[in-house]
Amino acid sequence: MHYHSESLIRDLSAKAQSFRIHVLKMVYNAQSGHLGGAFSVAEILTALFFHHLRLDPLRPDWPERDRLLFSKGHACAMLYTAMAYRGFFPVEELMTFRQLDSRLQGHPDRVKLPGVEICAGPLGQGVAIGVGMALALRMDQPKPSAITAPSARASRARVYVVLGDGEINAGVVWEGAMAAAKYRLGNLAAILDYNGVQQTGAVADVMPMEPVAAKWEAFGWHVQEIDGHNMGEILSALDRADEVHARPSIIIAHTTKGKGVSFMEYDNRWHGMPPTKEQYERALAELEEGLKAWQN
Amino acid sequence: MAELVLMRKAYGEALVQLGRDNPNVVVLSADVSNSDFSYMFQEAFPDRFFNVGIAEQCLVDVAVGLAYSGKIPFANTFAFLLATRALEMVRTHCCYGEANVKLMAAYGGVSDSFDGPTHHAITDIAIMRSLPNMTVVVPSDTVAVAKLLPQVADWQGPVYFRMNRNEVPMLFDHTYEPRIGKAADVRRGKDVTLIGTGLMLSRCLEAAEMLASEGIDARVMEIHTIKPLDADAVVRSARETGALVTAEEHNIIGGLGAAVTEVVSDAYPVPVKRVGIPDRFTETGPYAALLDRYGMAVMDVVRAARAAVAAKK
Repeated sequence: MHYHSESLIRDLSAKAQSFRIHVLKMVYNAQSGHLGGAFSVAEILTALFFHHLRLDPLRPDWPERDRLLFSKGHACAMLYTAMAYRGFFPVEELMTFRQLDSRLQGHPDRVKLPGVEICAGPLGQGVAIGVGMALALRMDQPKPSAITAPSARASRARVYVVLGDGEINAGVVWEGAMAAAKYRLGNLAAILDYNGVQQTGAVADVMPMEPVAAKWEAFGWHVQEIDGHNMGEILSALDRADEVHARPSIIIAHTTKGKGVSFMEYDNRWHGMPPTKEQYERALAELEEGLKAWQN
Repeated sequence: MAELVLMRKAYGEALVQLGRDNPNVVVLSADVSNSDFSYMFQEAFPDRFFNVGIAEQCLVDVAVGLAYSGKIPFANTFAFLLATRALEMVRTHCCYGEANVKLMAAYGGVSDSFDGPTHHAITDIAIMRSLPNMTVVVPSDTVAVAKLLPQVADWQGPVYFRMNRNEVPMLFDHTYEPRIGKAADVRRGKDVTLIGTGLMLSRCLEAAEMLASEGIDARVMEIHTIKPLDADAVVRSARETGALVTAEEHNIIGGLGAAVTEVVSDAYPVPVKRVGIPDRFTETGPYAALLDRYGMAVMDVVRAARAAVAAKK
């Protein structure tokens, strides 16, 4: 387990909050997109892109990079924002989101946008595709690289899958989970953005998934449960997941859908609805207030 | 009658040879490897073989992950499962996401005859052909399997390779040099062209003999690559023989006959008669009898040829 300083945690938390502001602007500008699940996954993606993952934005096809499979593709406004600020493409391009001629398609397109590992949006497939990637990485056995992630982890490339909670309704998630356990894929980790709300209501009502942790344990996975908005807990859990050998690992990150905007939190109507001008201004003010809290 | 050879055994042997020649080739199975003969690869290269269980969506997705990592995955299961149950994975990742996955479709058409319509694949060509970026290949005999499989491995992009479960007539010898995307004349003729794919190529050859005895000089052309279709060869046949018959072990909708008709209706309209299953499910029974009963008898090809010739201006 690595030590994560207070200043690191504060910096990353502020980044995540600033990304929410950018995502709000993108979705308002496009008058289309998914805010709720983008806001809930902000800290998770920030921790991965800005601290944990071993990657090189200038070489998105670097064979020894860690693979980030963003399986909950509808929340891609946050993926794009994190990628842009990490240096994969110009930040100005973010405002082309969901427009004609844009590389930032409504759901991620790996062919158009280098750095995106998989097409996603049809839900449930990150785990099984991740199994294929983890198998390939293990077959190739690349030597530990001299280039390390800021987390100082110098292991071979690993595969990280970011899942939504409604997404795990899909049967193919569990087919992939079984295969990952069968092949003892210690180089595969999933992070579940457990925000408790899916398109038409609470996960608990739409399709009860509890006990979620016990399900993954029963499928042979190493399980951790954390507060998915607590940067320190996310960083420590990612470190811990890397130390799991011979079986896949999942971090169940308890989050809030629509996190950061009072009238969007816990409300399934904000799954895929763009804000009006008045809603946009209120949301922006709240998010900026939240950002100040991290910057002071 | 030509010698009969088991196509899936030829496939298993060709797969093992491919494994020897190309270390990037990996093979996946959804637990029917003793049906499709991919078990032969498993025996030769156990570390490059993955059985994901009875989980066809997972089969394709795991293959996608391997493909994105530089491997050349050959994903094996029954044709109908690849084309229906796993279709969304095929569309989103193999076609839209350009994953270099090879879909090895066993038990094509009604060749798994006794298992019945649940196990027949009579809509797969139409489904796969409608997907952008997909290539659809249907070998006609065991030589074709052995000669085409290395090309499938070298082909950039997803390929749907549809095979026959059973013993099929040996049509070609070592001089046969198929190329993905290229049609080939296998019998000369000037009155009508019989275009066959898969097992129906052998029935087209039989039909041509019968037609010769009644004075119709039928050309026979093999189209193993239904997509991308060799449009030049189709138009050339239309121009030179003035009438076409297509024959496929597939629903009459959306397959080879549709592909050929689309080309000639744009480029050189001539009478086209389509031989195949008349848009219905079949039943359980012996393979040859099923073909005969559901629109794919040699006489169906003969009658279609007579009608096509009669329709010429």
